Amino acid sequence: MTDLARETLVLNMGPHHPSTHGVLRLILELEGEVILRTEPVIGYLHTGFEKEMETRTYHQNIVFPPRIEYLATMIEEHAYVLAVEKLLGVRAPARAETLRIILGELSRIASHLVWLGTSAVDVNVTSMLMYCFNDREHVMDILEMVSGQRMMHGYMRVGGLQWDVPPGFTERVRAFAGDLPGRLDEYERLLTDNLIWRERTEGIAVLSYDDALRYGCTGPIARGSGVNYDVRRAFPYGGYEAYDFDVPLGTRGDSFDRYTVRMEEMRQSRRIILQALDRLAEGPVMVEDRKVALPPRAELVRSMEAVIHQFKLVSEGFHPPAGEVYSAVESPRGEKGYYLVSDGSNQPVRARVRSPSFNNLQALPVMIYRNMVSDVVVAIASIDIVLGDVDR
Amino acid sequence: MIASAAEALARDLAGLAEAEERFRDEVTLLIPRPRLLDALARAREAGFSVLTDLTAVDRLPQQPRFEVVYLVTNYGAPARLRLKVRVEAEDAVVPSAGPVYPGADWLEREVFDMFGIRFSGHPGLTRILMPDDWEGHPLRKDFPLVEEPVHFVGHTPKVPSAIIPKTRRTPPTPP
Amino acid sequence: MTPPRPEGIRISRAPTPSALTEADARAVEGSILTTTVDRVVNWARRNSVWPVQFGLACCAIEMISAAQSRFDIARFGSELFRASPRQADLMIVSGRVSQKMAPVLKHIYEQMLEPKWVIAMGDCASCGGVFNNYALVQGVDKLVPVDVYVAGCPPRPEALLFGFTKLQDLIARRGAGRRPS
Repeated sequence: MTDLARETLVLNMGPHHPSTHGVLRLILELEGEVILRTEPVIGYLHTGFEKEMETRTYHQNIVFPPRIEYLATMIEEHAYVLAVEKLLGVRAPARAETLRIILGELSRIASHLVWLGTSAVDVNVTSMLMYCFNDREHVMDILEMVSGQRMMHGYMRVGGLQWDVPPGFTERVRAFAGDLPGRLDEYERLLTDNLIWRERTEGIAVLSYDDALRYGCTGPIARGSGVNYDVRRAFPYGGYEAYDFDVPLGTRGDSFDRYTVRMEEMRQSRRIILQALDRLAEGPVMVEDRKVALPPRAELVRSMEAVIHQFKLVSEGFHPPAGEVYSAVESPRGEKGYYLVSDGSNQPVRARVRSPSFNNLQALPVMIYRNMVSDVVVAIASIDIVLGDVDR
Repeated sequence: MIASAAEALARDLAGLAEAEERFRDEVTLLIPRPRLLDALARAREAGFSVLTDLTAVDRLPQQPRFEVVYLVTNYGAPARLRLKVRVEAEDAVVPSAGPVYPGADWLEREVFDMFGIRFSGHPGLTRILMPDDWEGHPLRKDFPLVEEPVHFVGHTPKVPSAIIPKTRRTPPTPP
Repeated sequence: MTPPRPEGIRISRAPTPSALTEADARAVEGSILTTTVDRVVNWARRNSVWPVQFGLACCAIEMISAAQSRFDIARFGSELFRASPRQADLMIVSGRVSQKMAPVLKHIYEQMLEPKWVIAMGDCASCGGVFNNYALVQGVDKLVPVDVYVAGCPPRPEALLFGFTKLQDLIARRGAGRRPS
């Protein structure tokens, strides 16, 4: 008679699964309901972004970043154009930087709303998905107003922005920022003191401080464990050094702490947006350097040099100096970095995407060790991975 | 402006490094392969406790062909430092950074999958992104992009990567 | 316009109060629907298409948006997205299909019961989209037969709903019969 208490069961979860937030496969080894070993299998969404980006010019490559991490699309574009600007040694004008910050923080709020909605629906609070996506639609409206596209904007350019924001933008953003605290208060009233939510998230999927550092975890998952690292504070980029905001930290590193960190981050994003709206001044949204940016159309009839620059930029693209840079931004998932290697030609030799979700997901086996199988869903939701980012 | 912690570590590792490059406020040290783990361990002791990224670059046709790049970060300072090791294609083996930085596990599997560089001492070096029975290493320069041309009647347009070919810098010539 | 009186009904002007009058006959005819079994079955099928949850990438987010309160796919009959393919009739392939995912997609499609339909949502599912490379299957119609292609990167939720209504028209016309391959 086999000793049933000692036998382990191997359970396959995914890649087609409603709660894995994408095409993630987990091979779980269970003793009863307790998880002993986890093996995540990824690669089901591998798209070959890095190879594609080696075959296009730096300008053509702008289409790829929002498709990598499709929830915080403006932040992705920001990450890429900042890396190219660092390589070129140019800095976008002040108005462009302020607008980038506003749009980036709106994207962060939109991404956290998706996380909140899907996490809650995994724990069966099904109405949260409706509420959060409804709020997200307001952000989508603003982003569509600016760029013409709800998701894959292609709005940021190397050296600035595609065009200036239309009139009515600041009013829309202020209206959204005014409504947001009330909505967040409602969600917190529903969830934070809810016995079921607390039972399902407190003490679940604990990531210790040391493990967070060991596995290179960044973002809310690391801050929930007490790691005080936010790229906007540590390595400020794109104008963030001038803004006043707090970085929320957790203490226990469980799912509930990550939830409170992200809720507070949404409020801090709103704070940054309001400061940025006050700082928004008139000015150009694109650098004047004609080696990088297209000349304005009016100049083309007057200047032959402008025509040549236009021709060269469109038919070949700019040629950054040979060298390598790494430039990172704080995405809603963690540190999103682009490592670009240039050999002086118009296409990158290597365009590496440092993906926060990839590193964060590595810590999953450690986090759910000795948790119950029903906590896997809560754990994955609290890491907030985007499979496009994991697999690239 | 390079952070002082990075400067201090660069000076500390200067004895181990073959070369040092500075570009746009970043320091990169080229470490010979036998001294790699030593350099990483010293970086970790100096407070650079996080391996932010581990990747590789295929420098074909330059030799040595592959370059494995380690980016370490000091959260406290804060500072970043990049360490590189170059290997030939015939001898593409690098010691695994797992003992120093456990987070190198999946990153090394990805480099193996995409480039074919092996990491000695890695607990389970298998493919991570491509299917297990895939042949070839996609990010190598001699692995084609495999673009499928679209056929119209009487005309086959260029594949996307051929629309703007790779060019070097050419100064604009006046008419 | 009153429907034509079918043959065989006789209106009798019997003197007793319980006899059928002309007006009664018209009322009765007005409330009987005669049709074919196929049309009724297709009407039921097209107004209760339940998709299987098959969100792969970015298009999945727009698909979720299409199911939420602003765009609301439930008013077209898709009240629920089923997690199990055995309980679903539609597979909306929303996102890029990588080489590793292709056998999984085929497996899920085969687990669905007839009648089943496929919407290829987005450019990646229709033709490979922006990504013409080694890692992706260039169009999901290389794996499964597709009924409706919805273009866009990603298509707006309204575009997906338009594709959905096209699918409903298709079901009305063709029903569940085997499509010509």
